Amino acid sequence: MPRSNDDTRRHVQVLPERIGQVAGSEFPGHYPGEDHSWNLQRFKENLVVSVQRLTPSTVEFDLIGVDASIANALRRVMIAEVPTVAIDSVYVWNNTSIMQDEVLCHRLGLLPLKVDPRKVQYTKNPDKPSENDTLIFDLRVRCDRNKDASRGETDPRKLYYDSNVYSGMLEWVPQGAQSDKFGVNGVPKPAPVDPDILLVKLRPKQVVDFHCFARKGVGMNHAKWSPVATASYRLLPQIIIRSPIPPEHQEKFQKCFPPGVIDIEDDASGHPQCVVKNPRKDTVSREVLRHPEFQDLVQLTRIRDHFLFNVESTGQYNPEELIPEAIKILLGKITEVEQGLDKLFAPSAGAA
Amino acid sequence: MSRPRKPMSSAPPRAGPSRTKPPPAKHPLADIKPVIEDVPVDYGAEWAELMKSSYTSKDLVKGVKTVQDKWELLPAFLQVKGLVKQHLDSFNYFVNVDIKAILAANNLVMSEVDHTTFIKYTDIRVGRPERPDGPAGLSRLTPMECRLTDTTYSGRIYVDIEYTQENSVKRQRGVPIGSLPVMLRSDLCHLKGKNQKELARMGECPMDPGGYFVVKGTEKVILVQEQLSKNRIIVMTDPRKDTVTAEVTSSTHDRVVKTYVTTKARRLYLRHNSFKEIIPIVIALKAMGISSDKEIIQLTCGSNEKFQEAFGTSLEEAAKLQVFTRRQALEWIAARVSPTQEKEDKYHKLTPMNVAMQALATMVLGHVPVRDLNFRPKSIYLATMARRVLSAMIDESMVDDRDYVGNKRLELAGQLLSLLFEDSFKTFNSELKKRMDKILEKKSRAGPFDASSLIRQGGDPITAAFVRSISTGNWSLKRFHVERAGVTHVLSRLSFIAALGMMTRISSQFEKTRKVSGPRALQPSQWGMLCPSDTPEGEACGLVKNLALMTHITTDVPEDPIIKIAFMLGVQDISLVTGDELYRPGVHLVQVNGTLIGVTRRSRHFVRAFRKLRRASRTSEFVSIYINHHQRVIYVASDGGRICRPMIIVEKGRSRVTPEHMALLRAGKVTFDHFLRSGLVEYLDVNEENDSYIACYESEITDGTTHLEIEPFTILGAVAGLIPYPHHNQSPRNTYQCAMGKQAIGAIAYNQLNRIDTLLYLMTYPQQPMVKTKTIELVGYDKLPAGQNATVAVMSFSGYDIEDALILNQASVDRGFGRCHVLKKQTIPLRTFTNNTAERTAYPKPPPRPEMYKYVDEADGIIAPGAIVEQAHVLVHRETPTETRGNPSGMYKPTPISHKLPETAAIDKVMLTDGEDGPLIKILTRQTRRPELGDKFSSRHGQKGVCGLIVPQQDMPFNDQGIVPDIIMNPHGFPSRMTVGKMIELLSGKAGVLAGQLQYGTAFGGSKVVDMSKILIDHGFSYAGKDMLTSGITGQPLEAYVYFGPIYYQKLKHMVQDKMHARPTGPRASLTRQPTEGRSKDGGLRLGEMERDCLIGYGATQLLLERLMVSSDAFDTQVCEKCGMLAYKGWCKSCGSGNAIANITIPYAAKLLIQELMGMNIMPKLVLEDTV
Repeated sequence: MPRSNDDTRRHVQVLPERIGQVAGSEFPGHYPGEDHSWNLQRFKENLVVSVQRLTPSTVEFDLIGVDASIANALRRVMIAEVPTVAIDSVYVWNNTSIMQDEVLCHRLGLLPLKVDPRKVQYTKNPDKPSENDTLIFDLRVRCDRNKDASRGETDPRKLYYDSNVYSGMLEWVPQGAQSDKFGVNGVPKPAPVDPDILLVKLRPKQVVDFHCFARKGVGMNHAKWSPVATASYRLLPQIIIRSPIPPEHQEKFQKCFPPGVIDIEDDASGHPQCVVKNPRKDTVSREVLRHPEFQDLVQLTRIRDHFLFNVESTGQYNPEELIPEAIKILLGKITEVEQGLDKLFAPSAGAA
Repeated sequence: MSRPRKPMSSAPPRAGPSRTKPPPAKHPLADIKPVIEDVPVDYGAEWAELMKSSYTSKDLVKGVKTVQDKWELLPAFLQVKGLVKQHLDSFNYFVNVDIKAILAANNLVMSEVDHTTFIKYTDIRVGRPERPDGPAGLSRLTPMECRLTDTTYSGRIYVDIEYTQENSVKRQRGVPIGSLPVMLRSDLCHLKGKNQKELARMGECPMDPGGYFVVKGTEKVILVQEQLSKNRIIVMTDPRKDTVTAEVTSSTHDRVVKTYVTTKARRLYLRHNSFKEIIPIVIALKAMGISSDKEIIQLTCGSNEKFQEAFGTSLEEAAKLQVFTRRQALEWIAARVSPTQEKEDKYHKLTPMNVAMQALATMVLGHVPVRDLNFRPKSIYLATMARRVLSAMIDESMVDDRDYVGNKRLELAGQLLSLLFEDSFKTFNSELKKRMDKILEKKSRAGPFDASSLIRQGGDPITAAFVRSISTGNWSLKRFHVERAGVTHVLSRLSFIAALGMMTRISSQFEKTRKVSGPRALQPSQWGMLCPSDTPEGEACGLVKNLALMTHITTDVPEDPIIKIAFMLGVQDISLVTGDELYRPGVHLVQVNGTLIGVTRRSRHFVRAFRKLRRASRTSEFVSIYINHHQRVIYVASDGGRICRPMIIVEKGRSRVTPEHMALLRAGKVTFDHFLRSGLVEYLDVNEENDSYIACYESEITDGTTHLEIEPFTILGAVAGLIPYPHHNQSPRNTYQCAMGKQAIGAIAYNQLNRIDTLLYLMTYPQQPMVKTKTIELVGYDKLPAGQNATVAVMSFSGYDIEDALILNQASVDRGFGRCHVLKKQTIPLRTFTNNTAERTAYPKPPPRPEMYKYVDEADGIIAPGAIVEQAHVLVHRETPTETRGNPSGMYKPTPISHKLPETAAIDKVMLTDGEDGPLIKILTRQTRRPELGDKFSSRHGQKGVCGLIVPQQDMPFNDQGIVPDIIMNPHGFPSRMTVGKMIELLSGKAGVLAGQLQYGTAFGGSKVVDMSKILIDHGFSYAGKDMLTSGITGQPLEAYVYFGPIYYQKLKHMVQDKMHARPTGPRASLTRQPTEGRSKDGGLRLGEMERDCLIGYGATQLLLERLMVSSDAFDTQVCEKCGMLAYKGWCKSCGSGNAIANITIPYAAKLLIQELMGMNIMPKLVLEDTV
């Protein structure tokens, strides 16, 4: 049975000029006579995970009943440690475009590639690429004048062929047994997630001829390997109406919040009253605290252990896969620490 | 001066254009034609309708509408004048008008030997730039070609001549006498009037302002020079000596001389370089023909008793010296004429009186002409000077302010070039004369005398003078004894703004070392003319200024028609006025360009009528007129170099510009000139501004208001105009930003990738600012920006942000924030030697070090574009002939050029061309840099800081939307700097991002904070711009709200990679054997005096010894213990023995000192003691 949102111990106070009670107070020994040692049973009871919204690119879910450190660890791992595959080194055979080699290469690197990173190994030796750790893409575009274009045409797209180089023009070149591994069983072939990212514009006779090596990496080394566009959370806002809002101020009160947060409903006696309809929609603009007429009538808080996660994938993973991947990595780290501690405290290790 | 007689002996013409319709038959102004006639002014029907129904018609009186968009006059103004237009106007004036005047003044070259032989110039013109080798008139030379090939963008000067040949006069047209560097975008330039497409075809940027020269491939600007007015009386006091001095710098085409009227023991004297000593003023006046004491009193003092009393002693002095008549006075002066002056005329021996007369006529007050020995105007001028001195003696407040902008004149490129041309043309002519005489002296000449071929002989002195002066910046004019250095500067192409800022720069002639604050201080009269913010810090502070946005600098306007107008408006000729009439109450003197022309009794009427004429385009719009009520003088000025700016005319308490006019302007149906010609807008110079009552805003117009400002933000210049909300900042911060905006890396021009500059910084992804200003749009900074909109969190983070350091987000940097290119040029000329051998490029087979020749092309020995080179990689394998003087040996020795810098770089471009001195190879190397620790960034509010830490994204704080800042800035930067403008920029920027629009931060206007807060609230943010953030490290909310939003950040050119330096051992200077200095020479790091003092104070002797000697210039030598002199190889030369030689180690510098002292016949002795 999860705890009530009215439990003040769960509240982070949203005050006019500062934020109060940022950290939780329920740790062993803080409240006399209460046992706050960690308890799996209680943790299970309090823990709630519920997906609120899932689209092809984003997932929004609630994570309730965990400490900020756990929620943050998930966020951090998603940003920095869930691996993806991205173009890492480029052989420039020819580039007569206006863009400098480095800049175009940098742009290629930032392209999200639809490649399942779980099927690619980390590169051990970049000088010796193998089919297990490297995917090769070619970008060969040449711009030409469209002979059929009408006279006086000014639109470059009609005037020229291939004047815009898009990410979709990258072509995967399978190496060794890669064609059996990738792009089979209904999975699309390795390619950029979005085919319409503009890389560079060309004019007649300009050529780009690039030979790109994509490798597996993690976001902490370069942002191009980060699988998420945003991975963040906010705390659930809670609006506590302490005493009824006078009818003449009700509309103003409602307008202090985004639409849908406050509703004016008739109470039992038929008088209109402000009620909190959907605190989730509140953006915590603190606008209500600015007006003296609402002083002491309302209190803004946020629930400290109720995290509203918002994760937007850049496309390498489906959004719903990201959290399990992050948890897997997190568990791997815990195992590592566990093993390290075991080694440290093993009787033989200390002696040796 | 052949001044027109007074037009009518009867009453002055009363009927000005202000009155009702004048009788059409004989209007006195009928013969004055409008100055601008040839402009077909098609006002359009609507405009004409508007002008008809002007304020006098009744229907407009009903409602007073305010002109909301009068700022749109500014872009209209900038299309015709302003920013760099003054440079172009000045240059065009020189090429079209002045050069012809100079030619006319020096048009005859006559042989001394044979007076019948002469060359006469009849006309002169300058052609458009052409390739020297191409067919005349067909091979267009573009500026870009000159930049790339290191040549000069110049047009040939052609003259038409008449000359005698065998007793007949021959004519020849279009004889070239030299070439003149052409100012870009001037009338002669090929870029003039070209559209964007044509400019692109010529490799030129449409945003480039022009106004500079391309000389030997470098872009050179002739800065605007600020000077004290010429030909004007300036009264100064010297409180220490208790003297009052009136000073006039007379400037004519022949010479520049200074004349002073000064006091000594409260008596007045004339001081001038032509005289050995000071001349009592009364004697000087008597010498000029005013022999009656009464008239002298009348001319100097009028009927004012205070003046008469003060002048009495001066009169007495002349009497004491027994000088009563003109003859006596001239003789008295003749005895005191400087001997150098007498040599003026070597052919005729002058009598002493004539000597004095000549000195007075030509040297003293040289700008007041003496025609037919009529000294009257000059004597009255001298008397006026004396009067000014007297009035300043009586009343301290009558002293002039030298720093007053109205007393300043700005000298522009055209004027400087005309001085140079005049000088070199005269030299050219005298050389020509010498050559002519030489030929004519010969009795037996081979062929007929040909003048045109003579002109082509003797090198190209005019071209050489132009090129030399512009490329070195040394203006040396023999005639004026002027030797000015630093007139030109290389156009800074660091950023677009740096180049633009250079075009509006004004440098003062004032010495930087003198410790007076006056010239450096901000003058109230600078308002609207010179930018109050844009001045450098340090020694040039306040001396280097910048023009404000709406200023224009005048060029010379002929004064004769103005004098004519003045007489027609009822001014009485000065020559016909007795001294008695001069200073009667109500009488005002009239001066035109510093010369007294007459008096008027109806001063206000005269001024009003004159202004009406100007508004009706009967005179040039740049003629200014104003009354100086203290001096009771009406000054009319038409000379060049005055600063002026346009203002809306207000009549009867109402702006003459109405919303209807603005609507027509907006519709593109009229231009700024229409406003000017129709008398809605006029130019005021500083002096006339002082005579006007100008309202800043339309609501401030009262009964007496004469003018209305077009827009207040135009008091700032182009560079200060980039600052958003500058009126909320502490003023020095704006000044700092003005200096820093010029160091910001960004886009410099549309042709930036085609240029090959010595050093070029470019930003990979520049952005236009979220918060822009009207100025930004006007100068085009939004199209060539230098910075990026960074999301900033104003909070503390980690302690790596103290002392203005910034924290950068690593993910932002990964994605391209602050990324920039550094392009460096290497020029490799291939020389040709006297024995006709030349350097060449080749690929050595086999290459001596194959690794270094990896990317060198085997075909030509030059590196391939796109190659990535490291230190010591060969760029060009050049070979030099072994024998360069004598017989060619046919052998070559390799002299390869390699990449010197330790950083790797990519080869961006390789260019091969023929320059002025043979073949030329230019190699452009490129580096792409991402921001790193220690790189310098700055906002637009003088808040610079270095990157202190680059933090991974996951550690950065984030807000509820998951937005992570790009930059974290420490809030301690705010309280002491008081850059409130930056805070408002953040707020406006945030509102702009949320609303999807750009906001304005224009000075004295811009988006209002309340509106911005409203937008924030509407989008669910706090009105104050402060967000609730969550720590990326702990995952808990931060306990404070954080000011969070976009601020435009500039990356400055100072980057760690260019500066970091360390050296273990390395090169040493040859003289002292101490380590070299500076990073470029791989120098050591100096342990300076103060560091030395610390070590001494600490007593760390061994460390001192190690730092100062062992690690520096330790030198083992020997010394003779007996005589104390240095010994060599165990032998003391002075003692002649090797008995008492000791080995010592001393700094080489000490050994050097000893030897240098010995060279000066001083014997230093080293007395040795045993160390314990």
